[in-house]
Amino acid sequence: MRFFCFHLMPYGALDLSWTDEHESAWVTLPNRYYDPKKGFELYNRYLDELIYADTLGFDGICVNEHHQTAYGMMPAPNVLAGALVRQTRNVRICVLGRALPLVNNPIYIAEEFAMLDNLSGGRLIAGFVRGIGCEYHASMANPGQSHERFHEAHDLIVQAWTRPGPFEFAGKHFHIQYVNLWPRPYQEPHPPIWIPSQGSRETIEWASHPDRRYTYLQTFSPIDSVAKYMQQYRDTAVAYGYQPTTDQLGWAVPVYVAETDEKALREAKPHAENFYAKFIKSPLEYRLPPGYTSMSSMKAMIESKFKYSLASPDMDALVSRGMIICGSPSTVVEKLEAYQARLGFRNLISMMQFATLPHELTMKSMAMFAAEVMPRLRSVGEPTGRPVRSMAAAK
Amino acid sequence: MAGQTHDFVTISGTRLELRRGGEGPPVLFLHGGAGNADWMPFMNRLAQRFDVIAPSHPGFDRSDTPDWLDSMSDLAYFYLDLLEALDLDGVHVIGHSLGGWLAAEIAVRSSARLATLTLVGAAGIHVPDVKKGDPFLWTPETLVRKLFFDQKRAEALLAQATSAEAADIAIKNRFTTAKLAWHPRFYNPDLRKWLHRIRLPTLVVWGAEDQIFPPAYGEAWRGLVAGATLTVFPACGHLPHVEKLDEFTAAFAAFINGAAQ
Repeated sequence: MRFFCFHLMPYGALDLSWTDEHESAWVTLPNRYYDPKKGFELYNRYLDELIYADTLGFDGICVNEHHQTAYGMMPAPNVLAGALVRQTRNVRICVLGRALPLVNNPIYIAEEFAMLDNLSGGRLIAGFVRGIGCEYHASMANPGQSHERFHEAHDLIVQAWTRPGPFEFAGKHFHIQYVNLWPRPYQEPHPPIWIPSQGSRETIEWASHPDRRYTYLQTFSPIDSVAKYMQQYRDTAVAYGYQPTTDQLGWAVPVYVAETDEKALREAKPHAENFYAKFIKSPLEYRLPPGYTSMSSMKAMIESKFKYSLASPDMDALVSRGMIICGSPSTVVEKLEAYQARLGFRNLISMMQFATLPHELTMKSMAMFAAEVMPRLRSVGEPTGRPVRSMAAAK
Repeated sequence: MAGQTHDFVTISGTRLELRRGGEGPPVLFLHGGAGNADWMPFMNRLAQRFDVIAPSHPGFDRSDTPDWLDSMSDLAYFYLDLLEALDLDGVHVIGHSLGGWLAAEIAVRSSARLATLTLVGAAGIHVPDVKKGDPFLWTPETLVRKLFFDQKRAEALLAQATSAEAADIAIKNRFTTAKLAWHPRFYNPDLRKWLHRIRLPTLVVWGAEDQIFPPAYGEAWRGLVAGATLTVFPACGHLPHVEKLDEFTAAFAAFINGAAQ
């Protein structure tokens, strides 16, 4: 198993009584709730936590992109990736990911990623996402063009990385007369591409296609959904005519480790519950703008009231549904072994800080996870057979 | 009034759901983002004097969603095809909300087959410093409540059972509305530059309590279309043709009679 320390960089100083007056932590939560002095402390604290992960022996550290929300303070994740590159030596730098359909010229994303790849000597993992529904309200990008723009921007970026320039790219949404990237990426043929997703058939079919074989990351979901989507990925790959490796699957989940199960659950409980009740929280219309999904997916989601609609997510339910891994080191090892056996992933994207979890507890949990959990799982889920192209450039 | 038809026609390769009834000069009704679910009471009234033609736009209701449909401009040219295909002349166009925007887009391209224009709570322009509602952030229930001034009407509508097909159509209509109007939100920045090309008698109808496009939008339309008159109904939301049925049909009749002189 490989271990990636993921950070959302939430606005952890959030006044949690915001729910008395507002319906969404996204898009419309007034930014008077944000205090830049607290922001200064939080950004630097969170960077320290990710740098600490490098010294602890994690394989990678991860940032991502969200806009206009207390959920995560990284509208421009490459700014932070740039800071991290210079303060780490060994870890992979993972940007999980940039939201391709939101920009009007994806060349900028190709350039920024190429810069990070050069600056880090080839340590970049490039994540591509469509962005969650809320981003379409925040950016005014048309949700009905989300899939089209994602695919076209992806094609443009990969071509910019791999085709000799200058050349012309003529798409429906992006028509660039001169594509001629300076700098070109450091890794050959290009940085590994990972695809984080909340789970959609379209994305799985696209990511698992033999031309791509991109690592698919299932983000914060109940364990049954995680299992369903990972199985879908394997089935789709087999239907395409090849056996996927464990390298092609990753699972993103909050993790908290403490001395005993009881202590871990007690320490993590308020913060894990805040994550689901105060930070992810937004109404269905915010999360599912029209056209963001296919009509059939939209209908299914409306009918199921969408997966995050836990009425009041309490810690017991979060633990039993696999929406957080929490316990003593041996409990966490057992759980991850069992989940790995069920899900078949190699890449664990552990979110070691969540919502309001304070610095001391975060660092304590990270250290214990690195010392007592990671070594015991290193040999679990290692890929067999031919390595896939997307990871061929891994260290 | 009996005798209206509910049928499909194929225009330029696109199959359209179309309701039509009455006899007289043609009235083309262009619906808003919620589609055109039924033969409505105001259509019945108008059908006593007019040939009322109420299609569902491409992408709405049971009409096809053609691959070529990307923008309001596409829709406007499609309707010029429709006017030719149905061989309509001297048409009185009534456009509501998104359909009002569409009516203006058609008229600036060609008014050759049009007689008058009636814009009801019309989208299509931006009025600085006037806050619009954002139906894309509202739940379907909130949307219904905000459409009406008289909340008893909203309650009655919400109490009605919805069929599975109607639920699917509601999603389809919302998808197409977003595709056409997400950004810029419910307007075309170029449209106002060319509204001087509309030389038709024009009536602008508004609800004083419209929560999507406030009445300042009605006033702006009156100023932008030469010779337009504005009628604002008090105690009325975004659907004057529904909420103020008598007043709406009377105002329309008076407008048409005046335009004929």
